[in-house]
Amino acid sequence: MTHKCLIAGSGGQGIMLIGKILAHSGMREGKHVMFLPSYGSEMRGGTANCSVILSDEEIDAPVIDQPTCLIAMNAPSFDKFEQKLAPKGIVIVNSSMVVRKAEREDLFIAGVPANELAREIEAERVANMIMLGTLIAATQCVTLESVMESLEELLPPHRHHLLPSNQKALEAGMKLVKKS
Amino acid sequence: MEPIYTYPKTLIDVPLHYCPGCTHGIIHRLIAEIVDEMDIGKETIGIASVGCSCFNYDYFNFDMVATAHGRAPATATGVKRVHPDCLVFTYQGDGDLASIGTAEIIHAAVRGEKISVIFVNNGIYGMTGGQMAPTSLPGMKASTAPYGRKVESSGYPIKMTEMLALQDGCVYAERTKISSVGSIAKTKKAIRKSFELQSAGKGFSIIEILSTCPTNWGMEPLDSIQWMEQNMEAYYPVGVIKDLEGGGKE
Amino acid sequence: MVEKQLIKGSEAIAEAAIRNGCKYFFGYPITPQNEIPEYMAKRLPELGGTFLQGESEIAAIYMVLGASAAGARVMTSSSSPGISLKQGGISYLSGSELPCVIVNIMRGGPGLGAIQGAQPDYWQATRGGGHGDYRLLVLAPATVQEAVDLTFEAFDLADKYRNPVMILGDGVLAQIMEPVTIPEAKAWQENHPWAVGKQHHRERNMICASYPDVEILEKVNQKLHMKYDEIRRSEVRWESFRLEDAKYVLVAYGTAARIAKAAVKTAREKGIKAGLMRPISVWPFPQQPFIDLIPQAKFFLSVELCTGQMIDDVRLATGNARPVYHFGRLGGVLPLPEEIVDRLEQLIKEES
Repeated sequence: MTHKCLIAGSGGQGIMLIGKILAHSGMREGKHVMFLPSYGSEMRGGTANCSVILSDEEIDAPVIDQPTCLIAMNAPSFDKFEQKLAPKGIVIVNSSMVVRKAEREDLFIAGVPANELAREIEAERVANMIMLGTLIAATQCVTLESVMESLEELLPPHRHHLLPSNQKALEAGMKLVKKS
Repeated sequence: MEPIYTYPKTLIDVPLHYCPGCTHGIIHRLIAEIVDEMDIGKETIGIASVGCSCFNYDYFNFDMVATAHGRAPATATGVKRVHPDCLVFTYQGDGDLASIGTAEIIHAAVRGEKISVIFVNNGIYGMTGGQMAPTSLPGMKASTAPYGRKVESSGYPIKMTEMLALQDGCVYAERTKISSVGSIAKTKKAIRKSFELQSAGKGFSIIEILSTCPTNWGMEPLDSIQWMEQNMEAYYPVGVIKDLEGGGKE
Repeated sequence: MVEKQLIKGSEAIAEAAIRNGCKYFFGYPITPQNEIPEYMAKRLPELGGTFLQGESEIAAIYMVLGASAAGARVMTSSSSPGISLKQGGISYLSGSELPCVIVNIMRGGPGLGAIQGAQPDYWQATRGGGHGDYRLLVLAPATVQEAVDLTFEAFDLADKYRNPVMILGDGVLAQIMEPVTIPEAKAWQENHPWAVGKQHHRERNMICASYPDVEILEKVNQKLHMKYDEIRRSEVRWESFRLEDAKYVLVAYGTAARIAKAAVKTAREKGIKAGLMRPISVWPFPQQPFIDLIPQAKFFLSVELCTGQMIDDVRLATGNARPVYHFGRLGGVLPLPEEIVDRLEQLIKEES
C-alpha cells in the first residue's frame, strides 16, 4: 500500500508542519516515508505545498504524478490539483476557504470547515491539524497515536502545553469522516 | 668573540631571485630577524601570495602556504582559525592586495582576523612585467599605461591602508618605506609591533611598505629610491595611521 | 541499533560531516543549499569548531585551503553558480594535494538559472572543473541515507588520497526528508605530517601548487596522474538494478536515478526487460560494468536532468558497440517515471 499525499495551501497555514508530522508518523510505524517541500518563490508567501509518500515498499521517485490524497487548505490549491488526483482519490478540502464543488465525480471529497472548527477548539492555527485528522481517518494511512507521538517529539518541550488542543483538533477532524 | 651580525636563522641561505635593487630581500630579512628575536620560528606560518614575492616560501625557514592571487587573507584566516596560537602573516604586493584581493583584505580587517599583513607597495606589477597597478601614480608609465596613468579612465591610486584602518577590526595600521637605514629600522619596528599585537591576541594589523621596482620603473636603484620618496611618499604619507592599543589614531 | 531520524538531505550531509571529524566550515549563502551552512553555524560552535560565512564563495574556498593546509577536516558547500566561483581554489587545493569535502547542490543553469534541483554540472564536476590537469573524486548520492554514508566516507577518502572529494547532489536531495541512520561520531585527530602548524618536533612544511621548473611540474603531474589511476582502480562504485537479464539499460545518477528506477519497475510490469545502471562514483566512472553489459544490451538510455552530459561517459565506456540515447528534463523540471517509460517504448519501437 502506498499513500501519495499532496498537502497544499498558502504560506502560514502550517502546510509544511503537517507534512512533516505525517511523514514522521509513518516512520514511527515502520513505513518507508518521504517528505518533499516545494520551494522557490513559493517559499515567500503565496502557495505552499509539500509531498508526502508513505509506503510499505522502498520509495523510488520523489515526484508524485497522481496523488492518492490531497489536503487543499485554500481555493487555489483545490483548483490547481483537483485534476491531478489519481482515480478515486481522496480530497480533504477546507470548506471555510473553498466554496465550489468538485468537477470530478470519482473523487471522495470531505469538506471540512476547518477555520470555524478551529476557532471553536482554540484558534485558527489548529485548522491544519483538523485537516490532518480528517486525512488520517479517511485514508487510514497512520494512526492518531502515531501522530500524537510524533507531535510530542517534533514540538519543543516549551510548546508541549499545546498538545491537548492539537489532539482535540485531530479528533474533531477524524470524527467528520466517521459521520460521512 | 661574539658575532654582532649573523644571517637570520629563519631565512634560508640561498641566492634570492629578486632583481638588483629590489627591496623584497630587505623586507624578508626584517621579518626573519623579528621572528628570531621573538623566538617564534617554530610557531610561525607565512602565507605567500602571487607576485614577485610568490617564491618567498623558498626563503623563509618556517611553515609556508602558497595561495592564489589576492586570496592570502582568506587562506590566512583558515590557517589561523585552526592554529590560533601560531603567528600567521600574509606577504602581499599591491596588485595582489589592492586589486584582485580587495574583498579578501577588507573582510579580514572587518572580522578583526588576528593576522599580520605585510603589504609591499611599489605601484606596479613586477612579476608580470610592469603593468599598471591600482596604486600606480597619476601619469606613471606602465606597460598597460604606455601614455601614463590617466585618472579620467583608470581612476586614482587607491589608499588601502587608510581604508583598512577605518574598519573596527583593525587594531594597527602603519605605512613605512624602505629607503635608508633609518626607514628600514622604522619598518622593522612596525612589523615587530604588528607581530607582538598578534601574539597578544589583538586584531588585524597591516604594515604597508613603500618600495621600489627599478627594473619596471626603468631606473637605477638609487634613482628609484629618490623617485619613491619624492612621488610615492607624497601621495602615500608614511606614519602610523591607526594604533588602537597605543591610544587611537595618531 | 541506532534509531532512525527524519532529516532533510542538506542537514543530514552537515551532520554526517561533523560525525566524521569535520570541525571547520566556510561557505557563502546560495539556494538551495542554505540549510548546510545554517546547520553548521548552529552546531560547530557547540563542538569547539569554526563556522565562518566568507565574503564570497572565492574567499570561502581559500579559507578551506588554509584550514586544510593547517591539517583540519574542513568542508564547504554551494550550488552551481557558487561552485563555478570556487573553481580556482579547487584547482589550487588539487595542485597542493589538500584534502577537503566540497558539496555541490546543483540547480538549473546556465547563469543564475533557477533554484530548482537539476544536474547541469556533471561535466564540470567530473573533469576537474577548474584549470589544470586534475580530477576530483565525485560521489553522487541518490537518497538521504546515501548522502549521509557518502559524506561520512568522503572525509576518509579525501585524507587517504590527499585530494578534494565532491558530493554531487541536487536541490531535491537537499530538500527531501527521509528516515536515516547517522553513524556514531568517529574520533579523529589532526596529525597530518605534511600540514602547517607548530614545528617544534619536525622540519618545516610547505604547501604549494607552484612549480616554476617545468621538469619538476611534469613530475608533479605524473604523480597526480598515478594517484588518479589508483582512484580509478579502487574507488569505482555503482548500483545495478534488474540488470541480470536486461536488454535495455537505463543509466542515471542521483535524483534522476530514483525516477529511472521507478520507470524500470513500471517497464518490467509491462514486460519490458529494462534495468538500471546507477553510477555512485561519477568520477571515477564505472567503465567496466558498462563493458560487461554490452553483450546483453540492445541500447543504453542515459536519463539526466540536463541536455546530456553523462551520456559522453556512457559512450566512452561502450565505444560504438551499442546505441546510446538520452532523455532529460531541463532547468529544474523533474520527469515523471511514465515519461521515461514512454521514451523507452518509443526507442524500442524505432530499434525494431
